[in-house]
Amino acid sequence: MRVAFTLNGKAVEAEVEPRTLLVDLLRQTLLLSGTHVGCDTGQCGACTVHLDGRAVKSCLVLAVQADGRTVLTIEGVAAGEALHPLQEAFRDRHALQCGFCTPGMIMSGLDLVTHLDKADETAIREGLAGNLCRCTGYRPIIEAIAACIGEKG
Amino acid sequence: MLPFSYVRPAHVAAAVAAHTQDGEPRYLAGGQSLLPALKLRLAQPSLLIDVARLPELSALRREGERLVVGAAVTHSALAACPHIPALAQLAGSIGDLQVRNMGSLGGALANADPASDHAAALLGLGAEIRTDRRVIAADDFFLGMFETALEPGELIIEIAFPLPNRAAYAKVRNPASGYPVVGIFVAEAADGIRVAVTGAASSPYRLSEFEMALAGDFSAAALEGLSVPAEDLNRDLHATHEYRAALIPVLAKRALNCGRKP
Repeated sequence: MRVAFTLNGKAVEAEVEPRTLLVDLLRQTLLLSGTHVGCDTGQCGACTVHLDGRAVKSCLVLAVQADGRTVLTIEGVAAGEALHPLQEAFRDRHALQCGFCTPGMIMSGLDLVTHLDKADETAIREGLAGNLCRCTGYRPIIEAIAACIGEKG
Repeated sequence: MLPFSYVRPAHVAAAVAAHTQDGEPRYLAGGQSLLPALKLRLAQPSLLIDVARLPELSALRREGERLVVGAAVTHSALAACPHIPALAQLAGSIGDLQVRNMGSLGGALANADPASDHAAALLGLGAEIRTDRRVIAADDFFLGMFETALEPGELIIEIAFPLPNRAAYAKVRNPASGYPVVGIFVAEAADGIRVAVTGAASSPYRLSEFEMALAGDFSAAALEGLSVPAEDLNRDLHATHEYRAALIPVLAKRALNCGRKP
């Protein structure tokens, strides 16, 4: 099947099987390997991308479900060489260790930065319930997201 | 996943027509329960009919003393809807952020997981399910584990929730899956007191003994001394049936203690 959607601001088209997962289309066909596959069962959140502005797990979305919609991956978050403020906050607070969960953490974090009005730790923790960090480095991740929410005023 | 075909009809009539095809057609809403089932080959449909973007399934409106929610409305969208605070709180407690952004009310109800959060609200508020062919009362909807009154090909269009005087939901979550071990929805609903239980048995059900006790006094004190038998409740690696039986009055009291007017 032919799918066409907006990916990181640009129109893309691809030929997929109906059963192709969005994450496999992104990584294997469109060669955007920043979106990771941790568990492939919807538990870990490493594959989180935005679909029409909301965080979703791309291992639980078919590529055909993205047809005609807007997808944002970790590759589209920075503006060229300029990091997004949330990426800056992750770097400044050492909010990553091995880095495997980081793309998913950033994408879920971006959803929280957009939709939370204040940097409430309980709400941030609850919002990250679908993202696992096996290095267990949650504290600086929560602080980085809180700082970014605080900055938006 | 085994191969399947996929269509995305533009209207309900075309979706229902697509479901009359030979093989094993199946509706796809958010897919947050269906895709994991497909990966495990617990379901092997020949055709997925994507109903997530059907315009008829996107309602979110007040209709007199009812809140009408389209079947394709996501848990996130419902969590942001102020008309029934207990329902919004329940929707915002489902799964995790990403699942709530994709999963839908109609999909959750049609799936009829025995531990569905939404099932408790449906029964607890006495909602009605409007399909492409009829209206089904909440009390008649759940028939058993993953089994509903929906006929083959019948598609949920929207759900009408009568606004309660007050209502609340309390649950103990399984920390790994996010599903309730037990969840209790209590409401002083339009048609009387309702107490609905999810996660405890093969399908959600109402606790008439608790409802009668609350009829005169809608407070946690009215449930003092009440218990439920454990024999028929679920037992699995997460909780024994005795533990679930013990949770039911505890959670009902918690819900009553946080009940608030919508």
